[in-house]
Amino acid sequence: MARMKFLCDAERCIECNACVTACKNEHDIPWGINRRRVITLKDGVPGERSISMACMHCNDPPCAAVCPVDCFYQTADGVVLHSKDLCIGCGYCFYACPFGAPQYPQATNFGGRGKMDKCTFCTGGPEEDNTMEEYQKYGTNRLAEGKLPLCAEMCSTRALMAGDGDVLADIYKERTVRRGYGSGAWGWSTAYGQNDRGDAFSPGREGTGGS
Amino acid sequence: MTKLLRPLLVLFVLLLAAPAVQAQFYQTPGPTSPTSKDEVQLYQTPDGKLSGRVSIPDAKLGVLVQPEGREWREFRMVWLKIIAGALILGPIAVLAIFYLIRGTIRIQGGRSGRPVPRFSGMDRFAHWTTAVSFLLMALTGLILTFGRMLLIPLIGHPNFTMLAEASKYMHNFFSVPFVLGLLMIFVLWVRDNIPEKADLVWLKTLGGVLSKSGEHPEAGRFNAGQKGVFWAVVFGGFALSLTGFLLMMPFAVTGIGGMQILHVAHGVVAALMIALIIGHIYIGTIGMEGAFDAMGSGVVDENWAKDHHRRWYEEQLRNGQANQDGRLRHHAAE
Repeated sequence: MARMKFLCDAERCIECNACVTACKNEHDIPWGINRRRVITLKDGVPGERSISMACMHCNDPPCAAVCPVDCFYQTADGVVLHSKDLCIGCGYCFYACPFGAPQYPQATNFGGRGKMDKCTFCTGGPEEDNTMEEYQKYGTNRLAEGKLPLCAEMCSTRALMAGDGDVLADIYKERTVRRGYGSGAWGWSTAYGQNDRGDAFSPGREGTGGS
Repeated sequence: MTKLLRPLLVLFVLLLAAPAVQAQFYQTPGPTSPTSKDEVQLYQTPDGKLSGRVSIPDAKLGVLVQPEGREWREFRMVWLKIIAGALILGPIAVLAIFYLIRGTIRIQGGRSGRPVPRFSGMDRFAHWTTAVSFLLMALTGLILTFGRMLLIPLIGHPNFTMLAEASKYMHNFFSVPFVLGLLMIFVLWVRDNIPEKADLVWLKTLGGVLSKSGEHPEAGRFNAGQKGVFWAVVFGGFALSLTGFLLMMPFAVTGIGGMQILHVAHGVVAALMIALIIGHIYIGTIGMEGAFDAMGSGVVDENWAKDHHRRWYEEQLRNGQANQDGRLRHHAAE
């Protein structure tokens, strides 16, 4: 079974923000929610790099660890998902996430949080695959149709890649060897550490399914 | 002839191009080129926080990596549970042992039957507004902290989500009466809670707990222990309110690092307050005979007042509040 990962090659990203737009359009993301974003480091000075960042679908995800209602689960492909039926919008996952992936619609005055929304690796949620209910809560489920996440699929410079982590690592290695340099695959060490294969889990940690 | 020439030309061009193609496909790594996967900056941890610029109108998303989340996770998953668990179970255990040894602290000479008014309706309203909202917020806060560990195995995920969501809203809404009650408590009682010399004597004997004869050091309206509770509630309650309201308005004042610190402070202060209030509830109920009357009916027994607040009792006597007629007048005025 593949271990799905994202890899953004900062040497190639041209900050076109097409991945951001594609994601928003594909999943009908409401205003104010940003599942994916492009961050430019050292903007306007030598060494400028842009990185497209979303949920990295970590091994040992901090969001899942700190969630007070235990609403996260990981698919067999290593994709970290959550159930919006269980989420209470407390914001703990946002405190713990190293990448700022969890997003919240404003539910009440004073900035009170609604149910969390984040990148699903185009894998939907615990509902039946490709149903209207799943689409309305989590967006499309491209993985169930045999397609990879749209952001990476339509990246014009192939900077953002999504797929089996081993394949991505090999592609990235080949690129850096050819170029003779590389500015790092951002977030990989933080997200996956040295141990690449996290065990799939679900709420209750006993394969009880989504909700 | 031309038939033969064309493939030859193609071959010639290909041969010329070969070195370039060769260079493209088999580029030899330079001296600084990585040779193994580990050197390909794939698993190299960036140190510290990384932020940059985003073009979407939400500047807080410019944070690329915030490693502090790891420390916060450690606090939430390990330290908060240890601190809160110890500060709840510890005092309960100590008080249980104390109760078994000492039992209820009786009124010396029993109840006299003569009442002394102690807390007015306003006093009691302020106390119970604060008390009820504090207890509800303590309970709902504990549900969010320990529920996943203790309640999900019992009631299941969907039920716990309902409970946790209700807890979240109750925790937020009861902060308002809590703060109002806290302000009332402060205004009503601050002048009786200024530390004085007699408090030192009280603290030395721990309010008479250590004396075998059961003698209590004299005290005014509030003894040193009660003054301690007052100031702890005022400062602790203020700290909880401040950190809590800032957490209720994400990004209004602080960024994510600030909210992590606020959450740690909120959790630790809340645990300390719960420990304090456990002691407060004990001494106000089963720990001491006659103490609950003060906040229950607002009227205490004369002998209780003589035991625990002799100086205050004598003041009341002088003001004509403590005798039977005085009490009746006081109640008629209400």
